[in-house]
Amino acid sequence: MKIITSPLDKRTIESLKAGDMVALSGIVYTARDQAHKRLVGLINEGRPLPVALEGQTIYYTGPAPARPGAVVGSIGPTTSARMDPYTPVLLDYGVKAMIGKGARSPGVIDSIKQAGAVYLVATGGAAAYLAQFVVSAHVAAFADLGPEAIFALELAGLPLVVAIDSQGRSALWPDAS
Amino acid sequence: MKANYRARPDVLALLKEARNSGATPAGNQALEQLVANADIAASQALPLCQDCGYVTVFAEVGQDVAFDGSFETAVQVGVGQGYELGYLRTSVIQDALTERVRPEVERPANIYTTLVPGDTIKLTVMPKGGGSDNASRMAMLRPTAGVDEIVRFIVEAVAASGAAACPPLFVGVGIGGSFDSVGLLAKKALLRDFREPAQAPAAFEVEVRLLSEINKLGIGPAGLGGAVTALGVAVATDRTHIACLPVAVNISCNQLRSASGTL
Ligand code: SF4
Repeated sequence: MKIITSPLDKRTIESLKAGDMVALSGIVYTARDQAHKRLVGLINEGRPLPVALEGQTIYYTGPAPARPGAVVGSIGPTTSARMDPYTPVLLDYGVKAMIGKGARSPGVIDSIKQAGAVYLVATGGAAAYLAQFVVSAHVAAFADLGPEAIFALELAGLPLVVAIDSQGRSALWPDAS
Repeated sequence: MKANYRARPDVLALLKEARNSGATPAGNQALEQLVANADIAASQALPLCQDCGYVTVFAEVGQDVAFDGSFETAVQVGVGQGYELGYLRTSVIQDALTERVRPEVERPANIYTTLVPGDTIKLTVMPKGGGSDNASRMAMLRPTAGVDEIVRFIVEAVAASGAAACPPLFVGVGIGGSFDSVGLLAKKALLRDFREPAQAPAAFEVEVRLLSEINKLGIGPAGLGGAVTALGVAVATDRTHIACLPVAVNISCNQLRSASGTL
């Protein structure tokens, strides 16, 4: 298993191949449907974003509430395809990596290639297990969205698979077969 | 709360069995993670998935039970409290058209009540994830459509969902009834113990065929390829109109959750 740290640098991204199993540490930002809608709205209006996303990693997830004293509740990936309409704009803006589950549209795969970015997947449904790799979490923007707010997460070795690499190759069914 | 913390025994047993049975290395890693997930969720009282679902309550109410107050309200309040006290994520919003953000805490559940003989109440709670409900489909097929067409419709629905429904899947199928009832039939099929086959030979045959064709798709755990796409198929059938052949497929993710209690 390859150990990588977010934000990912260009060399690391280029070294990742579809199908590689990796462990991700460092900082990532969560964003789901409503946060994507707002972020892209702001970008299209030419207004500043509440978090600087250039070079960063976005994790498609909305955590369960944390118990008192716990860092975070269960937290695992949500369906990436729902973010497809927004993803090319964010990649253009400078986002370099995304974490989610499931396939992406051909348009998104093209954008990933053009941006030299990478798409990683976590196991959907393993959210209690995946929570063990989150060492800190705080709301970074859009607090009014509840679980759909943007959280800054610090990860320690979150197990992921490279699903679409910077060359546009895919490890996901049906592209991989 | 139990439904969200504790893996169903049939689900966990089938996940364990599926390890090293034809998934890719990355797919096998996903299966190992799902088995570990069930342990962690139970021991730390964490929900099995961050999507703690949209709750359906199946209530079997004894007709000799006397109520003091509103049964419907009591169940809705109980579900809301379970989510609040149990640190579960409320994923249900107030109105699908006008309110996409504010969580619905007052009436979060779908409740289906049937009257049965006796003086007890049995509640079955089924929290279901949005990702896999999105992958579900229904169709009113021609009444002359045969098993082949039914199977094709269902396999296509699974194929279209790819990894979005969090495979390995459990597939609930309803055949018969009417437009409104067939979806419920498919959802209820997911309550069956997936280690047990259907009682009716015809339904059993369709189950075997569907399981084999779905697993031939090669989606694999988390969409990472290989043989393990579905862990079980449950087919339930019903009467229907001579002009109709309603078919519904309610796809469940690997986190198929339900729990029952009797009062
Ligand atoms: S589809 Fe199921 S396993 Fe996947 S995220 Fe939703 S609830 Fe969790």
